[in-house]
Amino acid sequence: MTEKAYEDIPGTFVFDADRSREGYWLNQFCISLGKEKNRQAFRDDPEAHMSKFKMTEAQKQAVRDRDWNGLLELGGNIYYTSKLGAFDGIVFQDLAAMMSGMSRDDYRKMMVDGGRPIEGNRYKSEWEKK
Amino acid sequence: MAKITAGIACSHVPAIGVAMDQHITEQPYWQPVFKGFDYSRDWNKKNKPDVVFLVYNDHCTAFDASCIPTFALGCAAEFQPADEGWGPRPVPVVKNHQELASHIAQSLILDEFDMTIMNEMDVDHGLTVPLSVMFGDKTPEDDWGTLVIPLAVNVVQYPAPTANRCYALGQSIKKAIESWPEDINVHVYGTGGMSHQLQSERAGLINATWDQQFMDILVNDPEKARKIDHLEFLRETGSEGIEMVMWLVMRGALEEKVTEVHRHYHVPASNTAVGHLILENHA
Repeated sequence: MTEKAYEDIPGTFVFDADRSREGYWLNQFCISLGKEKNRQAFRDDPEAHMSKFKMTEAQKQAVRDRDWNGLLELGGNIYYTSKLGAFDGIVFQDLAAMMSGMSRDDYRKMMVDGGRPIEGNRYKSEWEKK
Repeated sequence: MAKITAGIACSHVPAIGVAMDQHITEQPYWQPVFKGFDYSRDWNKKNKPDVVFLVYNDHCTAFDASCIPTFALGCAAEFQPADEGWGPRPVPVVKNHQELASHIAQSLILDEFDMTIMNEMDVDHGLTVPLSVMFGDKTPEDDWGTLVIPLAVNVVQYPAPTANRCYALGQSIKKAIESWPEDINVHVYGTGGMSHQLQSERAGLINATWDQQFMDILVNDPEKARKIDHLEFLRETGSEGIEMVMWLVMRGALEEKVTEVHRHYHVPASNTAVGHLILENHA
């Protein structure tokens, strides 16, 4: 694996080929939930539906736990994992709030006030000082 | 001959489509977003295109992780609005100018852009939201009022094509369209953006200063805009801000000098900075 300049961006998983390879079956599981017949299968028997995809045990556990950042760390991509969020009835903005460790209301207020500022959020080193 | 008269840049935030579909655009949250589109809809009626060449990205709808084409050109006769997990948007079927799409595909490949050709494809909010922005409320029984040639660009898995490559592709699209013998009016759309990050702890990032500067240089100094690298997009505009490379395709398809007739910028729509430009080619 070559050195990645974007790894010093804080609080961000860049979905590159390495993550894509690691997360392939996790993402294919998540995207399956875009179809009603698969949502029904997952509702009826979550473990049986998950077992159709060659996920690692850690990935399955992150699905069970709805560990949204953990899913990303294990190779999930947000456009895929958000389908699991939608399955749970979570709107995208509330998912974003959960991933950034904020309450729904605080996150909404931050967005209405102009979003998370870029100042102090460019480099990991800026977060380490906090 | 076919003529590209204008380029349109527009965010494709799914919530904008939802707000229109649920008729809540007059709510205080949405009103300032949609107010900026009033001018665009009037302008669009006065400058009605025969064909829209629409650059967008698919959000794991037509393409899941099993197949990730960098540039996929829609050559089917029509494209159905996709079910993205909560039923298809209640909007018209998207109809192609199939002969022109095939001509563009051939022309681009001979110009050394190795395109993927899609003869079946559903289209998601990335494509239908910008059409809704420009053409207003439509029902599934309606017609969009234009033919549409979709170009899907991979911006989901890193690396997306570079800004420079997207700009060069736009230049090649211009050549292809302008060599088509029919007298038709073509608009080119570049969609997505502006600054936004939808994932992990930095979710919600917005960089309004950068966004405004990007619009300035895209319009007036595209040679500078095409040099923006991926790291700058990712760091300064959030992991999903990289969608803005698609605005470069649009800009590359226009003349070197353009007139900015409309600009709209608003934060937020859901998690995203909404940016919108209408650029006219000099006659």
